[in-house]
Amino acid sequence: MNLTLKIWRQNGPDDKGRMEIYPVQDINPDMSFLEMMDVLNEQIIAEGKDPIAFDHDCREGICGMCSMFINGEAHGPGRRITTCQLHMRSFNDGDTIVVEPWRAAAFPVIKDLATDRSAFDRIQQAGGYVSVNTSGNTIDANAIPVPKTDADRAFDAATCIGCGACVATCKNSSAMLFVSAKVSQYALLPQGKVEAKERVRKMVNQMDLEGFGNCTNTGACEVECPVGISLENIARMNREYLSASLSSAE
Amino acid sequence: MKLNANIPSGPIGEKWGSHKSSIRLVSPANKRNIDVVVIGTGLAGSSAAASLAEMGYNVKAFCFQDSPRRAHSIAAQGGINAAKNYQNDGDSVHRLFYDTIKGGDYRSREANVYRLAEVSANIIDQCVAQGVPFARDYGGLLDNRSFGGVQVSRTFYAKGQTGQQLLLGAYSALNRQISKGNVKMYNRHEMMDVVVEDGKARGIIARNLTTGEIERHGAHAVLLCTGGYGNVFFLSTNAMGSNGSAAWKAHRRGAMFANPCFTQIHPTCIPQSGEYQSKLTLMSESLRNDGRIWVPKDKKDAEAIREGKLKPTDLPEEKRDYYLERRYPAFGNLVPRDVASRAAKERCDEGFGVNATGQAVFLDFSSAIERYGKTEATQLGIANPSNEKIIELGEKVVSSKYGNLFEMYEKIKDINPYKSPMMIYPAVHYTMGGLWVDYNLMTNVPGLYALGEANFSDHGANRLGASALMQGLADGYFVAPYTVGDYLADEIRTGAIDTNSEAFEKAEAEVVDRIDKLINNNGTRSVDSFHRALGKIMWDKCGMARNAEGLKEAINDIKALREAFWNDVKVPGRKDMYNPELDKAGRVADFLELGELMCLDALTREESCGGHFREEHQTEEGEALRDDENFAFVSCWKYNDEPSKAELVKEELTFENVELKTRSYK
Amino acid sequence: MAKSALLGSSLAKKYWMALTGLFLSLFLVAHLAGNLVLLGGDASAADFNAYAEFMTTFPLIKIVSYLLYASILFHAIDGIVLTIQNRKARPVKYHYEKPSANSGWASRNMAFLGTIVLLFIVGHMATFWWRMKFGDMPVDALGQKDLYTVVATYFTTASTAWLHVALYVVAMIAIGFHLWHGLQSAFQSLGVNHPKYSPVIKKVGKIFAVVIPALFAIIPIFMFINQ
Repeated sequence: MNLTLKIWRQNGPDDKGRMEIYPVQDINPDMSFLEMMDVLNEQIIAEGKDPIAFDHDCREGICGMCSMFINGEAHGPGRRITTCQLHMRSFNDGDTIVVEPWRAAAFPVIKDLATDRSAFDRIQQAGGYVSVNTSGNTIDANAIPVPKTDADRAFDAATCIGCGACVATCKNSSAMLFVSAKVSQYALLPQGKVEAKERVRKMVNQMDLEGFGNCTNTGACEVECPVGISLENIARMNREYLSASLSSAE
Repeated sequence: MKLNANIPSGPIGEKWGSHKSSIRLVSPANKRNIDVVVIGTGLAGSSAAASLAEMGYNVKAFCFQDSPRRAHSIAAQGGINAAKNYQNDGDSVHRLFYDTIKGGDYRSREANVYRLAEVSANIIDQCVAQGVPFARDYGGLLDNRSFGGVQVSRTFYAKGQTGQQLLLGAYSALNRQISKGNVKMYNRHEMMDVVVEDGKARGIIARNLTTGEIERHGAHAVLLCTGGYGNVFFLSTNAMGSNGSAAWKAHRRGAMFANPCFTQIHPTCIPQSGEYQSKLTLMSESLRNDGRIWVPKDKKDAEAIREGKLKPTDLPEEKRDYYLERRYPAFGNLVPRDVASRAAKERCDEGFGVNATGQAVFLDFSSAIERYGKTEATQLGIANPSNEKIIELGEKVVSSKYGNLFEMYEKIKDINPYKSPMMIYPAVHYTMGGLWVDYNLMTNVPGLYALGEANFSDHGANRLGASALMQGLADGYFVAPYTVGDYLADEIRTGAIDTNSEAFEKAEAEVVDRIDKLINNNGTRSVDSFHRALGKIMWDKCGMARNAEGLKEAINDIKALREAFWNDVKVPGRKDMYNPELDKAGRVADFLELGELMCLDALTREESCGGHFREEHQTEEGEALRDDENFAFVSCWKYNDEPSKAELVKEELTFENVELKTRSYK
Repeated sequence: MAKSALLGSSLAKKYWMALTGLFLSLFLVAHLAGNLVLLGGDASAADFNAYAEFMTTFPLIKIVSYLLYASILFHAIDGIVLTIQNRKARPVKYHYEKPSANSGWASRNMAFLGTIVLLFIVGHMATFWWRMKFGDMPVDALGQKDLYTVVATYFTTASTAWLHVALYVVAMIAIGFHLWHGLQSAFQSLGVNHPKYSPVIKKVGKIFAVVIPALFAIIPIFMFINQ
C-alpha cells in the first residue's frame, strides 16, 4: 500500500503548529497504525529530520496512552478500538490519511501528536477512590454479597482506559464520559456508596476547573469510546450529582 | 562476598508473623522527616507508594508514562491467585506455597514464597474494599477460575482485564494520598541513576522527559518497582516503554542481579506476522481452561494449512494431535507455561506448525462451545436442541468468559476465533530474574529496595499464571511498607539528604555525559535497528532453548553490537525537549549490557529448570533435567566494569518444607 | 466547593437547560391546542378570540406566562453561556473532522437551531403578542380583541403573506430538529436513562418533535391555501 499522510507537527506547547505531508510506500495491510508510524519515523530519521512524537505504550489497547485523531475520528475509523489496534487493512491503497492530536484546552500539546492529559489524573485525585487504608485488615471479601448485575455494571464502567477519546471526540471537549465512568463504578458498589455524594461533587468540581466543555448529549463519546463506556454512566452521574447537590448543606 | 538473605528463624508458618511484630517501627513524628522515592507505578509501585504515604512517610513517586495508570500491570489479563478456598476444593496457604515452589522448579526462596501465600488472601479483601469489581456469581459472591500448573480454582478475575482493575485500584489508593499531599507524583519522569553515598542509597537522578531537565531527588530509601526486562528481546508482550534501565543502573551501582537468565516464554500469544512487528500480544492463559491445543498429526496436512489450501475446521478429529493432552494426561492443556511453550516449539520445529510462518499452533474452542451449549440448553429446558442452537448458546457462554480476548484476537488477526481456531505461539512475557533482595526486599545496597517483577524472589525459574499480580500487590501493600521501617529506624537522625553532595554531583555529571554522547553521536543507524538486532540474538540463542555454543556466540555478538551502537547510533532531536527517541536510546544501551549478562548466566547454569532449558540437559523424552545437587542456588551477579566480567555469588537455597522432586505434570 | 453546585457547575447548567426545555415543550402543547381552533376558519373566529382573551387576562395563566418568559430567557442565555464555554474548551480546531460518523446533525447544531427559534419567537411575539397586549387591535362582534383577524390577515391577505407562511414553516422545522435532540436529551441530563424506559422516551420524544411542529405549520399553510 502507498499512502499520503497529513500529520500535525508542533514543536512544543507554544508553537503554532502546522500540517505536514509525508508519503509512505509499501505498507503492509497487517501492520497496526502505530507500526506504520514506526516505519515513517525510521524513514524520517534516515533523512536526518525530527521524527514525529506520539504517545503509545502497551500496543494492545489497554494502557490508554495512544491517542491519535485519524481521518476525523478519535482512534480512527472502526469501533471499539484504540489507535494501536487500528490496522492498515482499514485503509485503501492511495488513501490520504489526516492525523492530528487530541484537541482540547485541557489537553495541551506537548509535541506533535503527544498531549498532556494530567487533567484526568487530577480529576481522579479529587475523589476517584474509596477512602480505605491499605492494611489488608478489612472485612472478608465475601462478607458483602454484591448483586451480579451491579458488579457487572460497575466492571463495565471501570474498564475505561482513560485515553481521552471522549474529550477528543466531543464537539465541546467535555470529559463527562470519563468522569461518569469512575463515579458510576463506585456508586454501584456498596464499598463506594458510602462517600458517593462527596465524591461526585468533588470530581465534577475538578472537571469544571480543568476547563473541559459541557455535555450536550450528542452521544459521540459513546460511539468513539474504544471500550464502549455507556451514556448510562453520564445519566447516573447526573442523578448522583443532582441528589448530592440537593441534599448537601452548602 | 557473602549474601545474607536475613530470613527470620522459626517454623515457616510463623516467620512472617513474628518478624512483622518484632520489626522496628518509626514514630509518626519521625516519619514526617523521612523521604522515600518510589520508581514505577505499577501494582508494586502504586501500592507501595500509597501504603508508605499512608503510614506517614514523604513519598515521591515516578513514572515514565504520562500517568501512573498506564504502567504495564494494566495489561495483565487472567487473574490473581489467593488461597481463599472459597470454592471448597482443598486450597490452603500451604498448597499455594507448594504449587508456587514446584511451579518455579525449586529455584525460589521458601520463606519469601510462603509469605506471599500467607498474605494472598488479604490482597483480595483489600481490593474488594477499594471497589475493585471482581467477577461474581449469581449469589453475589466472588467467582474463581483455574490456571496452569495447579489443580484448584483459586484465581480471582475481572473478565480478561484483571490487571487493569487491580492497577486502577492501586492507582486510586495512590490518588488518595496524592490528594492529601502525602505523595508527590512525577509523571513523564525517568530514573537515570541511583545515588549511592557511603554505601547507602541516598536518592536518584531523574530526567523530566517533557523538558529534558535533569533533577536530583534525595531520599532515605529508594524503592525500585520497575517491572521486568523482557523487552531485551525486542519482541515481547511487554509495553513498548517497559525497560530494565532502573534495575540495570542499580546493578551498576553495586546491587546484585539474580538469575537474569530466567525468562518466561508465555505459550499463548498471537504469532508474529511480519518483520515490521513491534510487539506481541498475549492471549490470557485462562483460555487454556477451555481451549484445546493441537497441530495436525500429518505433516502434509500442516503444510496444506500453512499454504492456505486446507482449513483447520475441515481437518477431522482423528487427524489432529492434541499434543499436550497426549504428553501430559494429568494436567493436559493446563500444564505450566514453560512446559506448554517448549511443547509448542517442539511441534513447530518438527514441521507441524501452522500459520504462514509455520510458527504457530491451534487453540481450539469448538469442543468447549459445544459442551457449554449443551449444558446451557439443558438449563434452559430445550429438549432437542439443534446443532446451530447449541453452538449459538455455547458461543454466548464462551463470550461471557473470554469475550474481550476473542475481540482482541479478531482485531489483530482479522479471523473470527469463534468459527476458526486461534493461532498461538510462545512469546517472551515475564522475567523471573531481577535484582537480588533479602527477606525484607532490600537489595545488597542498604536503602535500595526492589519490589514486584523487578526483584527475583518468588517465582524461581518459572512463574505460575496469576501470580505476578499477587506478588506485585503483596510486596507493595503488605511487605515493603513494614520491612522498610526496619531500615529507616536507623535513619531518623540523618536529616534531609543533601543533594549537593559529591555523590549527587558525580552521578548527575555521568548522566548528562551519557545523554550528550547519545545525542551528539551523529551515527547512521536508528535505535530500533539495534534493538531489533539484539532481540534476534537473544531469541535465537537465549530464548526457549539454549546451548553453550550459542550462548558463547551470543555474548560475542552482543559485545560487537554494543560497540556498533555507541559508534553508529543516530539519535535525532534535542535533549532539552520531549524526545522519545532519546529516551529509547538510553534504554536500549542498557539492554545491550543486560543481554550479555543474561547469556552469561544461562551459560553458567549447567542444568535445565523452569523457563531455562539447556539442550545439553534434558531427559530422553525431552523434558527439563534439573541438577539439584550442583545448582540449587540463586545466581547473583556483581557488576565489574563490563557485563561479562561480572562476579558470580551464590545464595544456596535450602528446602525444609518441600521435598525436591522432578516436576511431573503427567 | 465555591461554585454553588445548583447554579454554577457544568451539570447545574444542564439541569436548568433540561427543566426549562421541558417546560417550554409543555407550553408548546397548550399553545397548539389554542391554535388548532384557527383551523375552523371564520366560523371559529369568536372562539379563538375568546381563547386569546382568556390567555392574556386570567391571573393564573399570567403567572405561568411570566414563568414562560423567564424560561425562554434562561434557556437562551444558558445556551449562549454553554456555547461560549464549549468553544473555549477547544481553542484550536481540528483540520478534518467527521462528526457524522458518531452523532446526529441536530444534536450538534442545537445552538444554531436555538438561535433560529429565538429569532422567530422575537418576531412572533412582536407580530401577535405585542399587538394583542399593547397595540391597536380590531374588535370582533362580541367586543373581544379580534386576534383572529390579525392572524388571518398576516397569513392570507397581507402582501407578503407567502413570506410569513414560509418563515413560519422554516421556524417550525427548526423547532422540530431542536426537539428531536432536545427532548430525549433533557431526560438524559436529568439522569433518566434506563435500558427499559429510555428507548420509549426517545421514541416519544421523536414523535413529539415531528407531530407538534407539523401541526403548528399546517395551520398557516391551511389558512393560506384556503384564503
